[in-house]
Amino acid sequence: MTKARRRPGARPPVVLVPLAALAVAFLVVPFIALLQRVPWSSLAERLSDPLVTQALRLSLTSAFSAMGLSLVFGVPLAWVLARTEFPGRSLLRALVILPMVLPPVVGGAALLFAFGRRGLFGAPLYDRTGFQLPFTIWGVIAANTFVAMPFLVVTVEAGLRSADRRLEDAAATLGAGRWMVFRRVTLPMVAPSVAAGAILCWARALGEFGATVTFAGSLAGRTETMPLAVFLALQTDRDAAIALSLVLVAVSLAVLVPLRDRWLAA
Amino acid sequence: MKMRLAAAACLVLVAAACGGDDDDDSAATTATTEANAPTGSITVFAASSLTDAFGELADTFEQENPGTTVEMNFGASSALREQILAGAPADVFASANTSNMDQLVDADEVEGEPEVFVTNVLEIAVPAGNPGNVEGLDAFGDAALNIGLCAEEVPCGQFGREALANAGVTPAQDTDEPDARSLLTKVEAGDLDAGLVYHTDVLAGGDSVEGIEVPEDDNVIAQYPLAALSASGNAELAAAFVDFVLSAKGQDILESYGFAAP
Repeated sequence: MTKARRRPGARPPVVLVPLAALAVAFLVVPFIALLQRVPWSSLAERLSDPLVTQALRLSLTSAFSAMGLSLVFGVPLAWVLARTEFPGRSLLRALVILPMVLPPVVGGAALLFAFGRRGLFGAPLYDRTGFQLPFTIWGVIAANTFVAMPFLVVTVEAGLRSADRRLEDAAATLGAGRWMVFRRVTLPMVAPSVAAGAILCWARALGEFGATVTFAGSLAGRTETMPLAVFLALQTDRDAAIALSLVLVAVSLAVLVPLRDRWLAA
Repeated sequence: MKMRLAAAACLVLVAAACGGDDDDDSAATTATTEANAPTGSITVFAASSLTDAFGELADTFEQENPGTTVEMNFGASSALREQILAGAPADVFASANTSNMDQLVDADEVEGEPEVFVTNVLEIAVPAGNPGNVEGLDAFGDAALNIGLCAEEVPCGQFGREALANAGVTPAQDTDEPDARSLLTKVEAGDLDAGLVYHTDVLAGGDSVEGIEVPEDDNVIAQYPLAALSASGNAELAAAFVDFVLSAKGQDILESYGFAAP
């Protein structure tokens, strides 16, 4: 967190360096290739299109909402998975991280069957209130949360498991209630994991395509997020698609670069 | 999907039946194979609306030409075009519209002239039971219904908008889907009261969707062109597959999935 805590001159084992360099090359070269194709001359004009700003606003709103919902519901879930013992816990964990391995399009179809107008839970809701999730921003947020929350749960659970439980025990012996221990000891201890999980979750939600289009549909200004706009632009106009992707990359970097060192380097 | 499995099951049965009395003429078959039949493998890039039909075409072709393998790659025609332009190893391209094929012709990627091998018309898909009481294209202007179209960037979206313009309807759609199958999924689930897709999609939807014909005067005929690609590593086999798709047998298979002859 502060410079004093960093170990000066930590030199990695020689064998790690070339491997790390290859990893960097593999991850960064595609971005360089993308930059090389950017239609710089027409960039400003393309990006000032109201459709682009609409899509960007929608993407940011839904990604941050998905992150917020995942924090509210995902941190308690991670705690339950890490700190309680009950039969079937492994099965429960496997079930809740299923959206990570499920092809997003399948996840979107499953959401439709559950929360669509004729879905398991969606039908009674629609019949009583006339409210439907698909084709609304709520549908986009639901799809993003479904796909992204497991990233937060897994990260926070790992943090909780490696946290020093003696501190919690000490707090409890000193008379702190369970809520007090969670809020004042556990949560600050796993804060870096929570931050890392929230960022992973946000990033996953920002790039979400398959579940969103399958569950919420795609309509400019209502449900068309940046990834959907990029995909559709790619059908007719590659330059437009690259320009849009560049915005997404720039926004992600603008959020991720300042955060990483501050919150993640524990 | 159901159809495809059924087709696969049929083929397995046929293969098993053939296997029984194969002993006598196997020598002759081998001889002809060595003499002039193409061998090896090719990769066919085909529009996603061709998924079921081309799956069966490829299987039948492999059966009839032992020693050959036909790999399929399905996707939006425009996405496949991009992949081919980027140097993807494709031997044959079957597109759902002419403009994507024309772009490949312009880029000198096509061997010979593309040929239109089937046509497809638009049809209104509604969930089983037609809960929105949709009767025709007029429903697509009804803001009270849940209406879906394909995005105007993809062929079915272009054709759909043409048909609606022909009918004088201003669409009040709730979603612009990236392809016809994705639109169909929402109709099947009952979340859309109507979607404008291809006739073949309605057939593939089975019992969960019903089709309502679009009047001929308003309808748009989609033409599907097919061509072997110049970058093919096995031009002979690629040409043989194209010939098979255009043959009476190939056309019969395509017709069984709802496509019309050009």
